[in-house]
Amino acid sequence: MNVEQDKILEEVTGSEYKYGFITDVDTETIPRGLNEDVIRIISAKKNEPEFLLDFRLKAYNHWQTMQMPTWPHLKIPEINYQDIIFYAAPKQKVSPASLDEVDPEILSTFAKLGIPLEEQKRLTGIAVDAVMDSISVKTTFRETLAELGIIFCSFSEAVQEHPDLIKKYMGSVVPYTDNYFAALNSAVFSDGSFCFIPKGVRCPMELSTYFRINAANTGQFERTLIIAEDDSYVSYLEGCTAPMRDENQLHAAIVEIVALENAEVKYSTVQNWYPGNKEGKGGVFNFVTKRGICKGDNSKISWTQVETGSAITWKYPSCILRGNNSVGEFYSVAVTNNHQQADTGTKMIHIGKNSKSTIISKGISAGFGQNSYRGLVKVLKNADNVRNFSQCDSLLLGDKCGAHTFPYLEVDNDSAIIEHEATTSKIGEDQIFYCNQRGIDTETAIGLIINGYAKEVLNKLPMEFAVEAQKLLQISLEGSVG
Amino acid sequence: METTNTLSELSHQLVDLFTENSELIEKESTDYMNSFRTKALEDFNKFGLPTKKQEAYRYTNLETYFKGEYFPVLSPENFSLNLTDIFKCDIPELDTYVVLVLNGFYYNKNIYHYLPEEVTITGLAQASKNQNGVFNKHYGKYADTSLDGLAALNTLFAQDGVYIHIPKGVELEKPIQIINICYSFKNLRITHRNLIVAEDNSKVNVVVCDHTLCDKSYLSNSVTEIYAGENSYIAYNKIQNENIKSTQLSNTFIHQEANSHVTSNTISLHGGLIRNNVYVTLNAPGCENNTYGLFFADDHQHIANYAEIRHMQPHCHSDQLFKGILDDEATGTFNGKIYVAKDAQKTEAYQRNNNILLSKTAKMNSKPQLEIYADDVKCSHGATMGQLDNDALFYLRTRGINEKEARHLLMYAFANEVISITNVPHLKERIIELVDKRLRGELSRCNNCTIGCT
Repeated sequence: MNVEQDKILEEVTGSEYKYGFITDVDTETIPRGLNEDVIRIISAKKNEPEFLLDFRLKAYNHWQTMQMPTWPHLKIPEINYQDIIFYAAPKQKVSPASLDEVDPEILSTFAKLGIPLEEQKRLTGIAVDAVMDSISVKTTFRETLAELGIIFCSFSEAVQEHPDLIKKYMGSVVPYTDNYFAALNSAVFSDGSFCFIPKGVRCPMELSTYFRINAANTGQFERTLIIAEDDSYVSYLEGCTAPMRDENQLHAAIVEIVALENAEVKYSTVQNWYPGNKEGKGGVFNFVTKRGICKGDNSKISWTQVETGSAITWKYPSCILRGNNSVGEFYSVAVTNNHQQADTGTKMIHIGKNSKSTIISKGISAGFGQNSYRGLVKVLKNADNVRNFSQCDSLLLGDKCGAHTFPYLEVDNDSAIIEHEATTSKIGEDQIFYCNQRGIDTETAIGLIINGYAKEVLNKLPMEFAVEAQKLLQISLEGSVG
Repeated sequence: METTNTLSELSHQLVDLFTENSELIEKESTDYMNSFRTKALEDFNKFGLPTKKQEAYRYTNLETYFKGEYFPVLSPENFSLNLTDIFKCDIPELDTYVVLVLNGFYYNKNIYHYLPEEVTITGLAQASKNQNGVFNKHYGKYADTSLDGLAALNTLFAQDGVYIHIPKGVELEKPIQIINICYSFKNLRITHRNLIVAEDNSKVNVVVCDHTLCDKSYLSNSVTEIYAGENSYIAYNKIQNENIKSTQLSNTFIHQEANSHVTSNTISLHGGLIRNNVYVTLNAPGCENNTYGLFFADDHQHIANYAEIRHMQPHCHSDQLFKGILDDEATGTFNGKIYVAKDAQKTEAYQRNNNILLSKTAKMNSKPQLEIYADDVKCSHGATMGQLDNDALFYLRTRGINEKEARHLLMYAFANEVISITNVPHLKERIIELVDKRLRGELSRCNNCTIGCT
């Protein structure tokens, strides 16, 4: 490619992170480090019932026996767990009844991020649970939703108000023994969102959680639990940002979804944690365990993710397709620019008969970014007539980045039809030439081509998110096109 | 955890076996060959026999296969019978230079009529003693013992095998046929090591046939190093047809220089455990590499294919195609990798794996991988698993073809894509015949029978 084009590419992918500001708000933190006492402090602060403390301690003891896995295609600097603050909360009254009681600084933070916490803004039609550092700040539209029997609140509130549901479902999809970071999260998780859709209810608005890391030296460990009872439907969104800081921050979350008979859950993520600066300094380590179980027949779980942030992303939103005729979907766009690394993908475990899954993964690498797709499609012995289609494409912008594909297909049933295909290429010079010839400059052309490439996934996002995601894609790649 | 322990125990036993017999093993070999054993021992001590914990061996459990009682072949047997009386290749029309290898050792009575005198075909041990420099230039250079525990194990015990040298500019029209025979009344552990050097502008066609002549258990661990010089052309066809008790671990390391062309095609008809590792390094621009495989597995067989193509330089082209048909309780594995180094621009690399599962209990694992560090490339991979197409079956039935025949026809058509690649005329017909027999289940019957009437 010619020099002119290189220059434009560099400009396009070189833009700054615009959510990097810090909110000046009083924060209550506990001392650095991790030990049993810290876990007891967290549990006491949240006034948790006995069973939860037991759960945390069991998880902690298990975590101590584990070692950080080394199999991903990532270069992870060593993490000193004794140097992390495991609990940080903006000082405020416990669960504000109305918006007036919320610290105006926090409100303005979310306003700056474009998250509507004021319920007057009905137009957006989204109920938001805003989580800052370790604490849920405010959940909007609670009352409206409660009328339908929908419970949407912070995880801590759910622990107080619906301990039976928590006891029944927490850890049922991602047990604390699952992996290193799941164990860590189970021991120290601070808050998160809880959502329960009762039988036969179709949730009238999009539910959304917005995560924000603010305090320095903290890790964020939240837990989301979504339960969709028979014949229900919910669409759930998750967004996240963090200030620019020189040190790496750890984010190890768990998301669990339970879909009962005929239920459908759509989970969309636009992940935009601080990716670190151009030299690869700072940024968030995003090590998340996300898993849903299609427990009942005819249930459906759909994951959509747009991953543009984080210094290192390491997550595999997965589906356990236990019900007959259940459906799992995974749509992903992952962008790595500068020195970002990503090892992401999905697992589709087919247990039920006639279960189907679709995997569409689009990786985009620029700068020195390393982007890997890693996915498992597993068909168990008794899962008859399983159908899977996977497509993993990678786009390379620049000659210093890498794109890798590691699919695993394990099939133990002869009636399964499994297809996997992947391609790796760069943006065609002929495509750019065609655009140029039509009077579109190279920068716009590249944006156009990338958006077209990711369209299959962006189409799956709820409208408000799709617009944001499209912009985000452009910003993330600003200055890197070459 | 338990698996790891037992395998590491077995690895220790193998190391002990080597240290106890090192004098015997090293006696017949040159100092140069022996010089590789130190590093191999070091690597083997480090890695041991590959366990399921290693990514490349995730789906292959070697433990059960190594656990059996085997008599290690450490020196050539005194074989009084004439091997050609016991074994005759059953493709009479196939006109080749026949190279017989008995239990891993080069058979000394091999005669090659009308072999051009520039070309050398001889035993590896013999070749290492001929001081013309070619052997020392290539031996041990491509089989990286730190890549694979099995390669290290082979290098540790390697004494003999086949050595082929095609000098510059020589085009050998008649194929060379290497026939590996396992013949013994004891269970044997066999190590053999081959080296094929095709220098610049040369051409050679190699056919390898693996046979077991007795109903004993054999565990053979072979390493074949292939060097393809500039503009050279190598076709390497391998046909594996062994009894159900045999374990074949075959490691092929191919090193290609500029504008060379190598096609390897492995057809696994029968065997207990078959593991084919193919490592290809495209070391200069303009190389073309085709790696193909076809396998049939039934009963409790396990057939694993591992192919790693490393594009180190720009403008190379590679193609992988592996097809498998699995029945009964057989398990199959495909593990392919395309690696494109940072500066290997304009690479074209393709990879495909198609499988048919015929029974509920058959199992297939597929892991096609891409690892790419250059941007101006075209790479793709695809994998499918399915069964015979019901519509196609129905169509054939409506044409008056009975179900059994129709199924057979479809399976044959599936396999034919790989078979048709074989470019040795009479061999192709023979493979078609063998595959046909295999699909009808006759071949497994013969292989499991102790009478040996064929």
